[in-house]
Amino acid sequence: MQAAKLQTAQVFSFHGGIHPPENKTQSLQLPLGKPSLPNELILPLGQHIGQSSRPLVKVGDKVLKGETIAINNGFLSSFLHAPTSGTIAAIEERLIAHPSGLSDLCIILAPDGNETWTPLEPLDNWQDISKTDVLAYLSEMGIIGMGGAGFPTQVKLQGAHKNPLTHFIINAAECEPYITADDMLIREKTLELVLGIEILQHLVEADNIVIGIEDNKPTAIAALKAILSERNSQIQIAVVPTKYPSGGEKQLIQLLTGKEVPSGQYPADIGVLCQNVGTCVAVHDAITLGKPLISRFTTLTGDALKAPQNVEVLFGTPVAHLLEYADFEPKKLSRLIMGGPMMGYTLDSAAVPIVKTSNCILAASKKELPAPAPEQACIRCGMCEQACPASLLPQQLLWFSKSQEFEKAEHHNLFDCIECGACSYVCPSSIPLVQYYRHSKSSIREAREANVKSDLAKQRFEARKARQDAEAAEKEAKRLARQKASSNKATDKKKAAPEKAAPTAAAAPATTDESKKLKVDIAIGKSKLKKLQKQLLEAQENEHVEEINNLQLQVTDQEKAIASLEEQLAQMTSAAPDAPATNTAKASPAPVSDELKKAKVDVALIGVKLKKLQKQLVETPDDQELKDKVSAFETDLKAAQDTVSKLSESTQASTNTAAAEPKAAISDELKKLKIDAAIAKAAVKKVEKALKKAEEINAPEIEAIRQQLQEAQQRADELEKTLANPEAAAPKAAPVKAEPETNVDADAAKKRKIDLAIAKAGIKKAEKNIQLLKEQGKDEAEINASEWPSKLKEAQDKLAGLEKEQASEATAPSVATVTSAPIATANIDADAAKKRKIDLAIAKAGIKKAEKNIQLLKDQGKDESEIEASEWPKKLIEAQQKLAALEAEESTSATSVSTPVEKTAANSEAKVEPEMDLATQIKKEKIAVALAKAQINKLNKRLESSPEEADNIKQEIVATEQRLQSAETLLEKLIHSQTNMQENR
Amino acid sequence: MALLRITSPHTQRAGRRTSWVMQMVILATIPGIVVQTWLFGWGTLINLMIACITALLSEAAILAVRRRAVGFFLKDYSALLTAVLLGVALPPVVPWWVTVTAVAFAIIFAKQLYGGLGNNPFNPAMVGYAIVLVSFPVPMSQWLGVQSMIPAGETLSFMQSLQAIFHHLPVIDSYTMATPLDGFKHKDLLDSQAAFSSIAALQGPSLNSWLWVNAAYLVGGLGLIWLRIITWHTPAALLGALLVMAGVFHLFDPSNTATPFFQLTTGAAMFGAFFIATDPVSSCTSNRGRLIYGAGIGILIYIIRSWGGYPDGVAFGVLLMNFSAPLIDYYTQPRTYGHKKAKTGLKVGEDN
Repeated sequence: MQAAKLQTAQVFSFHGGIHPPENKTQSLQLPLGKPSLPNELILPLGQHIGQSSRPLVKVGDKVLKGETIAINNGFLSSFLHAPTSGTIAAIEERLIAHPSGLSDLCIILAPDGNETWTPLEPLDNWQDISKTDVLAYLSEMGIIGMGGAGFPTQVKLQGAHKNPLTHFIINAAECEPYITADDMLIREKTLELVLGIEILQHLVEADNIVIGIEDNKPTAIAALKAILSERNSQIQIAVVPTKYPSGGEKQLIQLLTGKEVPSGQYPADIGVLCQNVGTCVAVHDAITLGKPLISRFTTLTGDALKAPQNVEVLFGTPVAHLLEYADFEPKKLSRLIMGGPMMGYTLDSAAVPIVKTSNCILAASKKELPAPAPEQACIRCGMCEQACPASLLPQQLLWFSKSQEFEKAEHHNLFDCIECGACSYVCPSSIPLVQYYRHSKSSIREAREANVKSDLAKQRFEARKARQDAEAAEKEAKRLARQKASSNKATDKKKAAPEKAAPTAAAAPATTDESKKLKVDIAIGKSKLKKLQKQLLEAQENEHVEEINNLQLQVTDQEKAIASLEEQLAQMTSAAPDAPATNTAKASPAPVSDELKKAKVDVALIGVKLKKLQKQLVETPDDQELKDKVSAFETDLKAAQDTVSKLSESTQASTNTAAAEPKAAISDELKKLKIDAAIAKAAVKKVEKALKKAEEINAPEIEAIRQQLQEAQQRADELEKTLANPEAAAPKAAPVKAEPETNVDADAAKKRKIDLAIAKAGIKKAEKNIQLLKEQGKDEAEINASEWPSKLKEAQDKLAGLEKEQASEATAPSVATVTSAPIATANIDADAAKKRKIDLAIAKAGIKKAEKNIQLLKDQGKDESEIEASEWPKKLIEAQQKLAALEAEESTSATSVSTPVEKTAANSEAKVEPEMDLATQIKKEKIAVALAKAQINKLNKRLESSPEEADNIKQEIVATEQRLQSAETLLEKLIHSQTNMQENR
Repeated sequence: MALLRITSPHTQRAGRRTSWVMQMVILATIPGIVVQTWLFGWGTLINLMIACITALLSEAAILAVRRRAVGFFLKDYSALLTAVLLGVALPPVVPWWVTVTAVAFAIIFAKQLYGGLGNNPFNPAMVGYAIVLVSFPVPMSQWLGVQSMIPAGETLSFMQSLQAIFHHLPVIDSYTMATPLDGFKHKDLLDSQAAFSSIAALQGPSLNSWLWVNAAYLVGGLGLIWLRIITWHTPAALLGALLVMAGVFHLFDPSNTATPFFQLTTGAAMFGAFFIATDPVSSCTSNRGRLIYGAGIGILIYIIRSWGGYPDGVAFGVLLMNFSAPLIDYYTQPRTYGHKKAKTGLKVGEDN
């Protein structure tokens, strides 16, 4: 029954295919050859698909035939064995048989000619032991797919267990022209083949076992049939018609099962396993004989060989050796191909070795395989389409490949191309289609890899950013802890400094030991804190509310612990450095300034922190917690600033006593103080910004923020005051040296200018805010109720104060130094004059602004009375007065400037002064006139826009006109008197 | 050892080059040419000579202008094939300048200006034919009649043909006759039966002459299919569609329409099906696509013949389907091995 079944395996068909000249008879004329041992065997470590094997031997090692010389390197890898006994001559890069023509690491074996086998251990109990053990054994025997790809057999067999196997197909089709190695193998080792198939069937347990063989191998078919019927085997033979590429795995599966391997999947996915006949024989040899895979059948053929034949060849045998064996005619050789003419690749050199997958060496003459004809245009004849076994549209793929439209090529299933070469074979225009497809495929793969890479890089970048953010947050938290501790430290130290007047020198080492310990504790605590903070951060990111609270508690506990530790440490360390410090009077300012530095750093840090919080506050204005924090920080800041000011006072004190170093110290102090002031001001600005934003969104916290602003401004004021104090002290401390003093004064002047500018900026801001409020349509009353106008006034007062201060300052140094360094004072005076001019300009700008505001109010249609009620007109008048004052001041200062320069012109002074007065008066009047004119203009405009108030406005116009007239007459008079005066002179 | 290094495959089907393909198509027209010459005199051969010379000259000239290898491209026989197809398609006594215009336009404009062989979206021969058909309708409608039907009672001699083509033949009117399609087109109000019994062009000898011509081209076309130069899809679809159209309309309205057999054996039905519609460059690529393409031409031929302004519609049918060939191609991709169904359209970015 079975014998009858054996003959009738159904054969299906596949699309396309070609019938190239077979050229198989040449190599079947001679019996199987056994070439002699070459001088050396070159054994590449990567003969299979997957990771290269790892060599087990060293150069100089003696190995026996069949001994393992390299083991697998990972899952998808294989073993390698010594094909003969001998010595390892080298492990080095050699040219290998690969389409790339590149070199690879090879073990070079020098045979000793004895062919001494290592003890063979066949796996006789393969039917009893577990299948995994058998697979492992196969792996150790170095068995890989002999068909061409070289896929490790044990991996393929493992994969076959994915689905229940319906078909176990033995590929004996050998469809490529010229190659007869499998044909010869079947003829020579029929029984071994069948036994090998049976072993594999035991491992995979397929429903059907089919040997697929092309009908051009009648001898092999007959031999197989004889053996199978003799053994009454369940193995079927399916004789398929000769058609290239029926030996392709997918095509053979289609031929024998009628099923197609889904694109992108493996035969195992549809319950099919394919094994090459060579693999089956190798499995048999390994299991029943214990022989590892060390040799194979290879076809030597081509017109350049006089004795084409099949040989059983040891791996590593150089191709040149085999060519020699087959009576090779070098003159005839034009193309040396490893593999068949359809899918083989050309070899650069005959020095490359035979490897496990080398099934054919084709030494072709020029006549046999002529150089390809020149490529012509594709006429889309469709012959390629008729030949394609994958049912692709090769002509379309060519079009897309040529125009680099890779997306379209992919859409036309470029990656289902098996590169069999049928299309190129039939192309009447000699287009190397497969080359185009290979190029497109590799371009697409490259692009994909680049995509993956860029994705990875993006991920890495994002991870890094997240990490950095987390680190920054951590640092912030640390800073907070440190600042708390150090602010305590600073106060402690100050106390400690005077108390510990004379500590013994012996105490120092003990304290350092203890401090070390403390430091370690702190470090540990900090690392714990870090961890907790990280967790907290994660929890916040993931929005685990309960965790956040819990962690927050832990974090604060940890921070407190660290703070207390640090306090202790601070006490320790403060004791240590103060001991030597008290010994010398000179050294004393150093630690104090250190303290000061620290305190200032703290101030800066708190400032930064405050900024951040304020930012947050702006983003989430309803967060009560944040607000609390902000206020806490502000108190901190104040405290820190207090310490700074105290410290700086103390430094001043110290500078008073110590005459030598004070100047440098003072200037340092000044610098620092200035920085502090700047920071405080920045904080003020921030708060103001926040306020603005809050106003914009009409947030309810405006008042709170305003308070903050006020506080911040106060702080800034305080700082400025403290800044002013040491300056006042400084000149007193060193009255002798005039030149450096002027420098200090110059510094002070500069600073003051900065202050002024800032104050003015503050005014501007206040005005802007008021403006904003107005734009928001707030009632004038509301605006008045808000503290902005008052603030504005304050700021303006301050400005005035500062300006006065500066003026007095400017005169003071000039008075002090007038005798000793007139040139310097002159410079300072010039500076002062410049500054004053700037002030004037600013004041004028202020006036303009006030006017604008009034104008705005009017535009908004407010009644005149309302406008009068608002403080703007008043302010305008004030500003004008101030301007006048400033101008007057300028004139006086100008005179004071002129005094040192023109010492002799004492009497001219009297003349100049009234002249200046007159000039300023004229100016003023001019301004008044201009203002009045502007007023009239405005009123006229209003008259146009609101005729119902016409009477009122007209009256006003008349009034202003009168004012204008009087101002003009005054102006005229003044100009007249001025000209008179000039004439008099 | 200077070894050749190229990638696989290393072998090619011997002999079957593009030039061979073109030569085979030219050879396959020989039965038709012989029958046409036998029926209508030397004019066809003279036309062929003029067309071939014009084609080679214009191809050489335009290749030279385009700085291409003149010899290499002339040897692909594609220009000659265009000339031959045009030469047999034009009426036998058409003035020489009509032939020259048609061929030169086909080679220069319809083929080379698009980039030469393989890049022309339209069938060059049919572009040339359509141009002269539209431009010079009078000489283009001047077909000769069979010997037994015309007043002269004989076919034109060689010299007469030359004279007719290059100069002017006063007696030409006694040799010309309407083609059956022309005759049927202008049957006016006659019903089919009356037309077939009264109109000269629809009498037996005239119909038979065109039957012979079509049979000759059918033989040539079958030879091409046997040589696997063309596939059966396009001609079968074309003729099938024409048959179905003619059959259906004849069934519904036998008094006003001609039989399917008449439709298939007159005019350029066979010539168009096997030699024009199968031009690979401008037609569809996949087998399914070719079926649609061929059927489209068949339907258009029937429509133009029945309701259009011209007696025959092969040229316009082919040109119209040339337009839609790329679209058809996008929607008729074959199902690739390992895929459940064929992809259609050009949705880029879907699964592969």
